Amino acid sequence: MKSFTQVSGIAAPMDRANVDTDMIIPKQFLKSIKRSGFGKNLFDELRYLDEGLPDQDCSHRPVNPDFPLNFARYHGASVLLARENFGCGSSREHAPWALDDYGFRCVIAPSFADIFYNNSFKNGFLPIVLADDELEVLFSEMYAAEGYELSVDLESQTVCTPSGQIFSFEIDAFRKHCLLNGFDDIELTLQDSDSIAAYESARRVSAPWLFDAVKA
Amino acid sequence: MSGKTLYDKLWDAHLVKQRDDGSALIYIDRHIIHEVTTPQAFEGLRIANRKPWRVDSILATPDHNVPTTTVERANGVEGIEDPVSRIQVQTLDDNCDEFGIVEFKINDHRQGIVHVIGPETGACLPGMTVVCGDSHTATNGALGALAHGIGTSEVEHVLATQCLVAKKMKNMLVRVDGVLGEGITPKDVVLAIIAKIGTAGGNGHAIEFGGQVFRDMSMEGRMTVCNMAIEAGARAGMVGVDQTTLDYVKGRSYAPRGEVWDQAAADWLTFVSDEGAEFDRLAVIDGADIKPQVSWGTSPEMVLSVDSNVPSPADESDPVKREGIERALVYMGLEAGQAITDIKLDKVFIGSCTNSRIEDMRAAAAVVKGRQKADSVVEALVVPGSGAVKAQAEAEGLDKIFVAAGLEWREPGCSMCLAMNADKLGAGEHCASTSNRNFEGRQGYGGRTHLVSPAMAAAAAIAGHFIDVRDLDAQA
Ligand code: SF4
Repeated sequence: MKSFTQVSGIAAPMDRANVDTDMIIPKQFLKSIKRSGFGKNLFDELRYLDEGLPDQDCSHRPVNPDFPLNFARYHGASVLLARENFGCGSSREHAPWALDDYGFRCVIAPSFADIFYNNSFKNGFLPIVLADDELEVLFSEMYAAEGYELSVDLESQTVCTPSGQIFSFEIDAFRKHCLLNGFDDIELTLQDSDSIAAYESARRVSAPWLFDAVKA
Repeated sequence: MSGKTLYDKLWDAHLVKQRDDGSALIYIDRHIIHEVTTPQAFEGLRIANRKPWRVDSILATPDHNVPTTTVERANGVEGIEDPVSRIQVQTLDDNCDEFGIVEFKINDHRQGIVHVIGPETGACLPGMTVVCGDSHTATNGALGALAHGIGTSEVEHVLATQCLVAKKMKNMLVRVDGVLGEGITPKDVVLAIIAKIGTAGGNGHAIEFGGQVFRDMSMEGRMTVCNMAIEAGARAGMVGVDQTTLDYVKGRSYAPRGEVWDQAAADWLTFVSDEGAEFDRLAVIDGADIKPQVSWGTSPEMVLSVDSNVPSPADESDPVKREGIERALVYMGLEAGQAITDIKLDKVFIGSCTNSRIEDMRAAAAVVKGRQKADSVVEALVVPGSGAVKAQAEAEGLDKIFVAAGLEWREPGCSMCLAMNADKLGAGEHCASTSNRNFEGRQGYGGRTHLVSPAMAAAAAIAGHFIDVRDLDAQA
């Protein structure tokens, strides 16, 4: 798994609540059988003025001049600021893949939908929860200053603004550990193979119906 | 000591290992897979030279990309016109063949939407943990199972280890008391719940649906409700096991038989919340207050009773919410204050894992029987959730009723629920849909989705606009 330690970069806004994963990466792009290449279609329906098609060259498509990510000042952004319940809806892991492929390394919001939150960690992409009023500060400072950069440090669990103001965030110890070290979840779980096998044998005896094979 | 909730019991029964940091390894009994969220997982397995831990726990079927017209279906995978869809379905076939996984292929009579075929075949049973790379996996929670959607990395993890790394969620009880009014359906109940608690209302919680209304509800109705737990923010929704559950499961092809059945049934009946079990959150609704529901906006919480009017942003004090309403009105092409019954429909879609089981087909057929689709409705699709539902509906003559009324009867699949195949909305078109998501573009670029029950969708197909299905007779 990809690791995450820290990032300093331009912050960009996705200033609305309940941003769903259909919006982050529309379904027609889910037909890919790869993990990469989704960045050019991130927020496709908001970013472009025409309907996006899979495998299309996006460089000649009409862009929506009113969509903030298209503003020159947010080009190259790596920190996304968002509102409550970010990533709701479909479980598609293509959502964090698309954000990451576009160049974002983390997203800061007051709350996240559970599956999106979970999926993010599996991809070295950091979802950060800050309080509403803290986000309010970040949003307004960002709007006020072009080239507004934030520094995120996972080790110390902090977000630092250009003026040096520091906001701390919570994160589960296990997730932090895995992210910092780029551990592979499967490898870690397989270290417990014996426990899994032991659980399985006991259940085969106590609840045999759970082990009736799915037959063709 | 206070009692355990249903979720606590399911969790405890599947706990392989509790780690010191609060995360845990949970054993997965059943893994259902489809073509969209698995190619990258199989790729990962191959790269790491791993094999599935327990192949006989997995069941596969293609559903999202399969065409629903008989003509396009006739030639199986090769016949899928869209090359990108074809590759994805073919990739699932190849992966299942390579790893020896049982798959109901495109034209197998058991093929269908993952969440429909799980309970229907008995592959998903009470007391199980069920996962699938799809957020509506919670549908299986109706069986008294712990079922939830997972991402592709987790699909790979479950394939390789038969376990999920999870953190225990909190417990939430949504209780609907009393008795539903005449003509009120499970879909109306779940839409009313989401309208009340919001799309983030269940975040971080497993929701148990309790109360008299759920005790009285059929299994298929419970599935409709659990299906939409995710639209209420919860990864898992569930209903305790009772006689209704056992009657439903008995005799299904993968369900236990004979002595093992007796042993299993006795075990399953323990999967209910204990008297006095404590929940972290509680929401209570009076069933008698629920009317037919219609979503007007672009989030499943933007739902109203059919006799209401579209909201006005001016009445909302929270600025983020106000903007949400404004944006939704523009996208949906609606005026603040407009009556829901004045919304005209261009298309109607009856199907999806929320409402494509036999009871849904019957409810819709009962409404359109002997009536005619309004001319202004250009397309009305009825898409059964599985081959088995299709066969049963045809045996009952429901297909003929739909066709006689001017609706189209299709082959099973996800279809216009998310428009990954040819079934989709055009820009600006309004659709009465029995699916579960009304997000912008969900049913087609620029399409406008209104979530309703099968009976309400059928009534809208007849009237050409929304109408309380109970008033249809009066109007005709
Ligand atoms: S019917 Fe719709 S919601 Fe259900 S699995 Fe298919 S695409 Fe997803």
